[in-house]
Amino acid sequence: MDFDLNTEQQMIRKEVRRFAEKEIAPVAMELDEKEAFSEALTRKMGEIGLFGMFASEDYDGQAMDYLSYIIAVEEVARVDGSQAATVAAGNSLGIGPLYYYGTEEQKQRYLPPLCRGEKLWGFGLTEPTAGSDAGGSKTTAVRDGDDWIINGSKIFITNAATEMTLGVTVQAVTGTRPSGKPEYTCFIVESGTKGFKAEEMHQKMMWRASNTATLYFDNVRVPKENILGKQGDGFHQMLQTLDGGRLSIAAMGLGGAQGAYELALKYARTREQFGQPISKFQAVAFKLADCATEIECGRNLLYKACAHRDLHRPFEKLSAMAKLYCSELMGRVTNHAIQIHGGYGLMKEYAVERFYRDQKLLDIGEGTSEVQRIVISRHIGC
Amino acid sequence: MNIIVLVKQVPDTESLLEVDTANATVNTQNVKWIINPYDEYAIEEALQIKEAKGAGSVTVVAVGPDRSEQALRTALAMGADTAVLVNDAAAEGSDALGIAKVLAGVIKEMPYDLVIAGVRAVDDDGYQVPAAVAEYLELPLVTAVIKQELGEGKITCHQLVEGGSLVVEAPLPMLFTAQKGLNEPRYASLPNIMKAKKKPLEKKRLADIGLDAALVGTGSAKVAISALALPPERKGGKMVTGDTPEALAAELVRLLKEEAEVL
Repeated sequence: MDFDLNTEQQMIRKEVRRFAEKEIAPVAMELDEKEAFSEALTRKMGEIGLFGMFASEDYDGQAMDYLSYIIAVEEVARVDGSQAATVAAGNSLGIGPLYYYGTEEQKQRYLPPLCRGEKLWGFGLTEPTAGSDAGGSKTTAVRDGDDWIINGSKIFITNAATEMTLGVTVQAVTGTRPSGKPEYTCFIVESGTKGFKAEEMHQKMMWRASNTATLYFDNVRVPKENILGKQGDGFHQMLQTLDGGRLSIAAMGLGGAQGAYELALKYARTREQFGQPISKFQAVAFKLADCATEIECGRNLLYKACAHRDLHRPFEKLSAMAKLYCSELMGRVTNHAIQIHGGYGLMKEYAVERFYRDQKLLDIGEGTSEVQRIVISRHIGC
Repeated sequence: MNIIVLVKQVPDTESLLEVDTANATVNTQNVKWIINPYDEYAIEEALQIKEAKGAGSVTVVAVGPDRSEQALRTALAMGADTAVLVNDAAAEGSDALGIAKVLAGVIKEMPYDLVIAGVRAVDDDGYQVPAAVAEYLELPLVTAVIKQELGEGKITCHQLVEGGSLVVEAPLPMLFTAQKGLNEPRYASLPNIMKAKKKPLEKKRLADIGLDAALVGTGSAKVAISALALPPERKGGKMVTGDTPEALAAELVRLLKEEAEVL
């Protein structure tokens, strides 16, 4: 068994870490405070290649393995959850479905600017009445000659309402299957299409510097060429996209846990109480020992899931486990990190405060922790 | 314009260094390795010159064990075209002159107009290798360059000196060392990291460059490290106590005289 990363993976970690510390860390607090998505920072992330990581060079992608992509997300998340969200959603949810299911024409048209990080793309799945229960979707598409007419709305859609958003993939009900279940199809809707509106959501607790939108479709007419893949493939595409997306959420949990742990360790080694650094007190030292141990567990689990994906083996169970474990891991670690910081940990001036807030989404987005437990329990034969 | 850049892999300054006092060396088992930061300025400058000329090549050269390959791969990912690593057990334990002999041996077999190195390596801070390489290759040397202008067959270098800078002109080919301030090194972008995989990295042994192993390595070193120690830990400060400013001042003077013995 070989636990070593290859040369490229090590270099990717090193370079993304350096970039994140130099370009993201200095502005993370301000962007969070202002609840501001930064196009300039997103473009910089594009310039070093943080978008299109697993897409092939034919579409200006980086042709890296999935583990390399996950390491990059982890390193961004180690410094800031918001920017990691922009990157993870941009790759897994924006580029992913187009790359894996798009026609050659669709890929040629949309992927290059997305992979170069010049444009962003949203993935419209969740609806006000359909979260964990995807069957509650009310967005519909009805055929009209060579066109389809989409009506409905989507909510909590990352990267969908920025100045640089090129369009969205939207899942809609397009009929009923012989089994009586709804038939789902994904459609490509370009920004600026008549009747389509993307509105930025505000007052978020976390990921405040990432862009989150509500999408409205009011008799949006698109040609049949805008179907992603084939009619009726929507449900399958969504499931597979989320399996991959879960790994990137897990990477955000792992990276966030690593970042909070490092901050807490550094603080504990310098903060003195009762005449010695607080890291010398077992009550503090044991917390940090637990954090280090659990982070190691999370990393091994997540990387194993990625290795399975890269080897084209089934990885749904490992993906759900990694997403569940790394999300909750970051919850425990940020909780310890605040406790170790004491009163200062409650102040915005200390980054652990932001990490603590940013974590909570991970228990909820791309399949709640409860949904992950359902997936895992089905896989183990419950 | 063909440019050669000397690269050294050094411990990350953020690594926790452990000193092996018995062997007068640093325990490198838990060390993270990086490109010497001053060499990054050298690589960046070479890339900028090549880009401005729109032609030529940048070759990075290192002497070291297998792990040094990663430093060269990083340089290739930044944009260098080719890399050469001299990896030979016989060269281990070389002092600065030994390393310089090997580097000069590699370089003299290649076409070049300019050699750039970092002003110093942040591990042993010797400042010697680039100068010795220039000597062995009989090249003009300008150290600690913070700005340069290439002319026809010559180069004008701004050299950092105490209190200001010196403008020095030298004919090409020549060797200069990069000082902080020369430029802002670029990131190795992820696509370039992947592309660097396909760039040529040649590994050589001493025999390949026709260098007698007896001239390098521990045996021929003119410098030997006899002892190595971490700087002594700083003692904590002392608070002077007293009820009045006069008493505080008197106590401070007494301590400076009697305890610190500086007055």
